[in-house]
Amino acid sequence: MYQGIRISGFGGQGIISSGVLLAYAGMLDGRHVTFFPAYGAEMRGGTANCSVVISSDDVSTPVVAQPDTVIVMNEPSLAKFEPLVKPGGLLIINSSLVESRPKRKDIKILLVPCNKAAQELGTARIANMVALGAFVKQTGALSIDAIAKAMPKVFKRAKPEMLELNVKALKKGAEFN
Amino acid sequence: MGEKLLMKGNDAMAEGAVRAGCRFFAGYPITPQNEVPEYMSWRMPEVGGAFIQAESEVAAINMLFGAAATGVRSMTSSSSPGISLKQEGISYCAGADLPIFFANVVRGGPGLGNIAGAQGDYFQSVRGGGHGDYRTFVMAPNSAEEMGNFPLKCYEVGEKYRVPSMILSDGTIGQMMEPVEFKFETVDAKKLPIPEWAIGANPGRPRRMVGSYDLREGELEKMVLARAKRYREVEEKEALWEGKMLDDAEIVLVSYGIASRASLAAMKLAREQGLKVGWFRPITLWPFPKKALTDVAKRVKSLLAVELSLGQMIDDVKLAIDCRVPVHLHARPGGVLPTGEEIVESVRKALKAGSKEAACCR
Repeated sequence: MYQGIRISGFGGQGIISSGVLLAYAGMLDGRHVTFFPAYGAEMRGGTANCSVVISSDDVSTPVVAQPDTVIVMNEPSLAKFEPLVKPGGLLIINSSLVESRPKRKDIKILLVPCNKAAQELGTARIANMVALGAFVKQTGALSIDAIAKAMPKVFKRAKPEMLELNVKALKKGAEFN
Repeated sequence: MGEKLLMKGNDAMAEGAVRAGCRFFAGYPITPQNEVPEYMSWRMPEVGGAFIQAESEVAAINMLFGAAATGVRSMTSSSSPGISLKQEGISYCAGADLPIFFANVVRGGPGLGNIAGAQGDYFQSVRGGGHGDYRTFVMAPNSAEEMGNFPLKCYEVGEKYRVPSMILSDGTIGQMMEPVEFKFETVDAKKLPIPEWAIGANPGRPRRMVGSYDLREGELEKMVLARAKRYREVEEKEALWEGKMLDDAEIVLVSYGIASRASLAAMKLAREQGLKVGWFRPITLWPFPKKALTDVAKRVKSLLAVELSLGQMIDDVKLAIDCRVPVHLHARPGGVLPTGEEIVESVRKALKAGSKEAACCR
């Protein structure tokens, strides 16, 4: 089993923390994992992205050049990452913020209104969790439980009610097919 | 021990140094190693150590000279341009036989270069780096976990032979997160013996001097030769390496650090395609594992050095095996990480070139 993931969006959308969370959950699930952030001139409001690998074998390189799954959370990320998806791979698009539609026909495309769904649960800040929920449901690479268990390790200062809301957002995301 | 933590390579290295007994850190910010001083800034006070953000790299390395002269385990870290600035001080520490420990989280060069992971500082690390005849014990981790576990080895070897030691890492290993287990008992810094050469307030005992010079005729040569004897001992006893699939290999990929992970991907891919490829990874770069690599070279047709530089380690590969077999090169300078696929292409070219050397640099 090998799952290479790229997550991309605005700085502040929880791109990096989503990546760390996936890697942590993978580790708790007994997988080999790596997380690698783009660490250039990234800033709040600019575009940030990261690579995550979850694998049953040793991970050779942490930089995912040809992802099995790409999660695109904002408009500029679609043009940048659509071409990278492995043929037959998965492209999850936050349709609340991304207006363009992908051109490729050789990959699976899933439109998820992440911000809208998050807002309905109470705050757009958990839009990233909606996307992760959709990812988990589609790929089966991890369980929602593993992500929920990793949350207090990654979001050390989050209040319990916020963690509960995050789990709700994951479950909401899993409803999109 | 025992618990797996998801850590950045840089954080793991800082924590590893603290657990190994480091109680003094001085540094100056530079990407991609900023996590190290940031981590030390809160961790050092927790363990009763001292953290100083120095006014410059030069100041930081000279603070290390002072701290190490008192016998305390100390550390500084930087990235390529910053390490160049520290070279004068590193040479002084080598000349004063001070076992300082430092890390270079290498970025693309020369000059200001870029902030991506690279391996262009190999020569600087293994050939001394600063002025004068000296060597530095150099370890090259290829995972976040090794970043956490190598500082202890650096202190132990550095103190045993009284040589500076360093971790030669790169931006990718520094920035990536992986599961990390610290595989040693945390060192109680208070219980570390004070070396018999360390200076400090000790009224009544004979005076001690820590310095890097001797102007009396012929005395400096004696000092350097005494040190060279220790260097030979390090070369004999402290070389570390690992290998995979060497038994039936026709060609062996030789690489260190992050390049060794790209090479490992290439080896697996090549094996799936029926190519008899092996993998050899120097863990210490000085001393270079000459004997082990010579043994490998006796059994194979050629070697392929894979480096994130124009080709620097390849010189040590050729020297180690005394040009017994051709050594080919796959080189990606400027902060580019090669893919397994492109390395396999180079393997095919090298196999075709036969006894001729094939440079697969783009």
